[in-house]
Amino acid sequence: MARSINIIYFAWVRERLGIDQEQVSLGDEIETIADVLSMLGEREAAYADILADVEKLRFALDQDYGLSTSLIGSAKELAIFPPVTGG
Amino acid sequence: MIKIEVGPADFDIGAETLHVAGQGGGAIASFVGQVRDDGNLASLELEHYPAMTQKALGEIAEKAVSDWVLHAVTIVHRVGKLSVGDNIVLVITGSDHRQAAIESCSFIMDKLKTVAPFWKKETRADGAVKWIEERASDVEASEKWKR
Repeated sequence: MARSINIIYFAWVRERLGIDQEQVSLGDEIETIADVLSMLGEREAAYADILADVEKLRFALDQDYGLSTSLIGSAKELAIFPPVTGG
Repeated sequence: MIKIEVGPADFDIGAETLHVAGQGGGAIASFVGQVRDDGNLASLELEHYPAMTQKALGEIAEKAVSDWVLHAVTIVHRVGKLSVGDNIVLVITGSDHRQAAIESCSFIMDKLKTVAPFWKKETRADGAVKWIEERASDVEASEKWKR
């Protein structure tokens, strides 16, 4: 079954990728956030470079924090951003 | 009792304090964070993830209300371009007792800094631009709350 997810980027991740969000189709083999990152990196080398260090990235699935090992499941939105610095 | 506002507009500390005071108790604690002048900062830009910000701040406030006896919690956080001395964040808690008000206010700030999806980008007087990085001391302060 064809799935898709909206990926949304913030702060330096957004600036370096040059895009704030994109709708991406997910193959059946894509199960985790790490799988999505690998897929993006294979699609475009710039992504592989920018998203290489998961320690410097934070993730949210449908506005709840997740880890790179988190399952995508039926989430509609994946956010990728640096550690937060508000307050 | 929980009031959360995120947007570019400045806040009125006096009016917000009266709003919390008006909801009962006699102990009100507040924290105001402003853009710090560290020598050559020209401006600060705050970005956020609107769909998640409200949810994250709401969860922090709900946790405070469940862990301390509070009459009111107000969180206001600004976004957009700010200058030195501008207000960034306001947290006010109202309780019957000093300790609950102060502790819960501190808890909310510690969690806000490490969980709420805001990002600061600074522009220096010479035009250099840099995204501010997470501080280990903020992470430690957030993790010390065993709740």
